[in-house]
Amino acid sequence: MTDTAFVEIRNAAKSFGRLEVLRDINLKVNRGQIVAIIGPSGSGKSTLLRAINELDPLSSGEVWLEGVQINKKLPHRQYEKHVNQVRQDIGMVFQHFNLFPHLTVRGNITLAPKLLKGVSEAEADKLAEQQLAKVGLSEKIDAYPSQLSGGQKQRVAIARALAMKPKVMLFDEATSALDPELVEEVNLVMKQLAEEHMTMIIVTHEMGFAESVCDRVLFMDQGVVVEEGPPEVIFRNPESERTRTFLRKHIESNTR
Amino acid sequence: MTLDFTVVPAFLDVILLGVLWTIAITVAAALVSFFVGIFFAVVALYAPWFIRLPFRAFEWLFMGTPLLLQLFLIYFGLIQIGIDLPAFVAGVIGLGLHFAVYNSELIQSAILAVDKGQTEASRTLGLSRMQTLRYVVVPQAVRDVIPPIGNNMIALLKDSALVSVIGVSELTLSAQQAIGRTFRPFEFYVTAAAFYYVINLVMEAVQRRIERRIAASR
Repeated sequence: MTDTAFVEIRNAAKSFGRLEVLRDINLKVNRGQIVAIIGPSGSGKSTLLRAINELDPLSSGEVWLEGVQINKKLPHRQYEKHVNQVRQDIGMVFQHFNLFPHLTVRGNITLAPKLLKGVSEAEADKLAEQQLAKVGLSEKIDAYPSQLSGGQKQRVAIARALAMKPKVMLFDEATSALDPELVEEVNLVMKQLAEEHMTMIIVTHEMGFAESVCDRVLFMDQGVVVEEGPPEVIFRNPESERTRTFLRKHIESNTR
Repeated sequence: MTLDFTVVPAFLDVILLGVLWTIAITVAAALVSFFVGIFFAVVALYAPWFIRLPFRAFEWLFMGTPLLLQLFLIYFGLIQIGIDLPAFVAGVIGLGLHFAVYNSELIQSAILAVDKGQTEASRTLGLSRMQTLRYVVVPQAVRDVIPPIGNNMIALLKDSALVSVIGVSELTLSAQQAIGRTFRPFEFYVTAAAFYYVINLVMEAVQRRIERRIAASR
C-alpha cells in the first residue's frame, strides 16, 4: 500500500448563513482504510460525509478522490457532468435506506449500472444476483422494498451501491434507524466489506462497531475534528476532555 | 305521446358506432392528457423562467376559458392560419390539452411530495437530474396520482360529448342523429346516457385494477 491519500479533504469549511457547521477540517484516508466519524448530533459529521460526494458542497476547501478533485469549480453544465461521473465511484448508504419503492430489489440494483455503464439486461441481472448473494438476500431479488424488513432494506441499499463498483463507500448512520435486533445483520455485511479491504468512511453512533472494525476514528464536535487516532486510543485513552465527556455520556445513555 | 323504447334497436348500429367513437376519442385524449400533463408538470417545476412563463400563460388559457370555446378555436379558428385539422384530431387535441393542464397540477404536487432522499440516493449513484426525474421521481409521483387522475379521466369521458359540436359522430351526436329521424329524444338520450354509464363503470374497473397492481410497489 502506498502512503498517498486515496480520499483527501483539505481545509474544509462550510457555513449556512452565519452558522459555521464545518471549520478547517483535514482528512486523509488511504486505500483500504476504514475511518469512523463519531460525535454528538449537530457536530457536522454527516455534513462532512455528504460533502465528499457533493450532496452538501463545501463553502471552501477541497475534496479529492484518487488524484481527482471532486468539488472542482466549473461552469454549471460541466460541473454537473463531472459530478455525475465522480459520484459513480463513491457509494453511499443512508440512514433511511432510500430504496426506490416503485422498483423491485433487482430494479433498484440494476438501474444505475444499466443507465450509466451500458450494462446489458443479462449482465445487470447477473450483477444483481452477485451483489445480493453477497449481502445474503438472493431470495429477495423480485421483492419490492415494502416487503422487506429494515435490515433487509439496508442490505439491499448496500448491494445497490456496490453494484456500481465504487472506490469508496460512505455510510451515513446506516444502522441508526434500525430496530436493535436488526442492527447486527447490517454490521456483518459492513464487516465483510472491511475484510475485502473496501475503503470506507463511516458516520456512526455505534462505538462498539467502530472500535472493532475501523482503523482510525475521528471525534468531531461543533464543526471541528477534536481528536483523531486509532480506535484503542480514542475509545480507551482519549486526550481531549470533550472526547471523554462525549464517550461517558454515550455509555450512560446506552446502559440506561 | 307515450314512451316507446322499441324504436331503439333499429338504430343500435348508429348508437354503437357512436360508442366506439366516444371510446376512441376518450382513450386518445386521456393518453395525450397524461403524457402532456407529465411534460407540463416537469416544465412548470424545472424549466428556466423564459420557458416556464409562456407555459403558465398557456395553462391559464386552458383553465380559464370554456372547453367548448377551445374546441371551436382549434377546429374552426386554426383554419384561418392554415391549420386544417380533422374533427377527430381537433377534438383529441382540445380535450387532451385541456385535461393535461389539470393533470399537470396534480402531478406537480405529487413530484414535490416525493421524499428528498429518493433524489439524493439517485444522484449519489451518478444519475443526472433528468435521469433522476425520469426514472426515480416521476414514476413515483405518477403512481401517487393515479386515483385523482382517474377521476379527471371520467370527467374527460363526460366532456367528450362536447366534440359533437364540431361534428365528431360520437355517442351524443349519434343519439341526435337517431332523434332527427324518429323524433324520440327521450328514448335515445336515455339510451346514450346508459351507454355513458356503462363506459364509466368499465373505466372505474380499469382504474381499480391499475391501483391494485401498483399497490405492491409502495
